[in-house]
Order: sequence, then structure tokens, then C-alpha cells
Amino acid sequence: MTERDKILKSIYDAVDEVNEQLPEGQALEKSPDTVLLGESGKLESIDLVNILVATEENVEEAFGVPISITDERAVSEEKSPFTTIEALCNFISNLLIEKSDG
Amino acid sequence: MLITGTRKGIGEQLVKHYVTQGFKVLGCSRKNIDYKFENYQHFCLDVSDEVEVKKLFFEIKKSYGRLDYLINNAGIGLANHILLTPCETVQSIMNTNFTGTFLFCREGARLMKRNGFGRIVNLTTVAIPLKLEGEAVYASSKAAITTLTQILGKELAEFGITVNAIGPTPIKTDLIRAIPKDKIGRLIDSLAVKRYGETRDVINVIDFFIKPESDNITGQLIYLGGV
Repeated sequence: MTERDKILKSIYDAVDEVNEQLPEGQALEKSPDTVLLGESGKLESIDLVNILVATEENVEEAFGVPISITDERAVSEEKSPFTTIEALCNFISNLLIEKSDG
Repeated sequence: MLITGTRKGIGEQLVKHYVTQGFKVLGCSRKNIDYKFENYQHFCLDVSDEVEVKKLFFEIKKSYGRLDYLINNAGIGLANHILLTPCETVQSIMNTNFTGTFLFCREGARLMKRNGFGRIVNLTTVAIPLKLEGEAVYASSKAAITTLTQILGKELAEFGITVNAIGPTPIKTDLIRAIPKDKIGRLIDSLAVKRYGETRDVINVIDFFIKPESDNITGQLIYLGGV
């Protein structure tokens, strides 16, 4: 499994967790293109918080290092790293690179 | 249970109390400690250092998989007139008192959320309602903790986590050693209950906040001494 696959799995596991709590028909699709934040996003802000917290935990478990995906850009829709699953995956990948660079 | 600022003072007494009560207690302080308990594990870190705090919670998650109780006790203070207070002092007090409490609340809540249960108790001060001169920075940092407590009470309720605060009256610890005796005397005279606070007063309120039956009590602040 590549690093990207591991990150995506961490995100998808978090999506599964949150989908269990969502009303029927509101479940998020597990795809890189899925919108998490923005006008076409289906999520309530607390659901996004739950996905991000669960993702952070899953990534920490998968890679064995503490990371922090809180970001000052989180609430800015244009530049947020949380707009889509793809963007979140890229953001986490960069965080892990920064970690390994010390 | 995790308690911050456990090297001495109230923190050390809290460790002693909760270990005796059968809790598994973890604690932290910047410098190492000179006491030991079987059910106590100590970590050395600066509570305002995000990287160190994240590492601590990563360790707790790995070793115990859960956290039920968090007491944010770590705090520093320096009594001084605003005209003589360096900015560096302000930053240092805000970092330890407010940023430290914020980081531990955030990381603690993430861990507590997993089990749908958590009790967070923050330490604030009667210097806020008494508007004590010379305590502008210390009291402001604790006022920030009060507001944090009230808002987190709302934000974390849906996860089964309560967040409350206690404002003790002056207790004979290092924190008030530098304050002139006559000033402390006047302060105590202004209280309804005219005596120094004791650790048992603090423990009594914490015990109340962390009880399972206190699940309907959150975002609250209890001042001691009848303030």
C-alpha cells in the first residue's frame, strides 16, 4: 500500500464513522472528489470536525507519529485544505513530509 | 486522570489525593518532581508547547487508549502594576495559563470523545471578580480560561464531555509568596469566608464536577470563599 493509499484509507475510515451518524441518503461518498467543505458540501460543520478528528487519529495510528491537521486556513473556503477528500489527502501527505524532514 | 502542573503546590496535592482514591494519575510539569507514587506517572514538558503536548497525548492514547478526567491546574502569576509589566511577562503568563489550558482541553477532548465520556476542570481565580490591582495580566489570562470553559461546555456537550472551572481563594503556595502579606490580608477580609483557601476546598469542588452524576453540569464556574 502506498503512502497515498494509507492516507486515503485513513480518511475513508473516518468517513465511514461519520456516515454511521448521518441521516439516510446523506452519506458521503468515499471518493477523492467528494466535497467536504464548500457550497456543494453536504456536511454540517460538526460532521466535518468529526471527520477531521477521526482522520487525524487514523493517520497517527497508521503512520505511528502525532500530526496536527488543524490549520488556520481551515475556515477559509477558497484556500482550505479541507475542500475535498483529495485536498485533505494532499495536505496530510505534505504534513508527513514536513514531519520526516524534521 | 491527567493533571497539569503537578510538581508542587495544589497540583502535587491533587496527585496525592487522586492516587489515594485509586485513580491512575498522569501529571506534568516543566521540571522533574521529587516524589513518587505507585499509580502516578510524570512527564516533563511545557504545557504551551503544541508539539510536546501532542506527543504526550499520543503516548497516553498508545498506552491507555483513553482519558476520562483532565484537570488543568498549571499556572503562573506575577503581581505587578501595568506600568511596570514587560510584554514578555504578559506573553509568558498567557502562554502557560491560557494556551496551555486550551491545548490540553483540545487534545484531551479528542481522546475523551472516543469513549463518549469526559470531565475537564479548569483552574481560574477570584482575582477576576475581585478585580485585584496588580493582577491585571494574571486575572486576564484566567478570565480567558473562564470564557474558554463556558464555550467548550457547549461545544463538547454532545460528546459526553463536561467542562467546568473553579476559582479558589488564595492558598498558601508559591504562586502567592511574592504578594505582600497586608495585601493578601485585605483580600481575605473582603471574602465572605475569611480564611486562606486550602487544597481540600479545591478537591471538594473537583470531586463534585467529575462525579458521574454531574453529567448535567457544564460550562459552570464556582468561586470559593463566597466571592
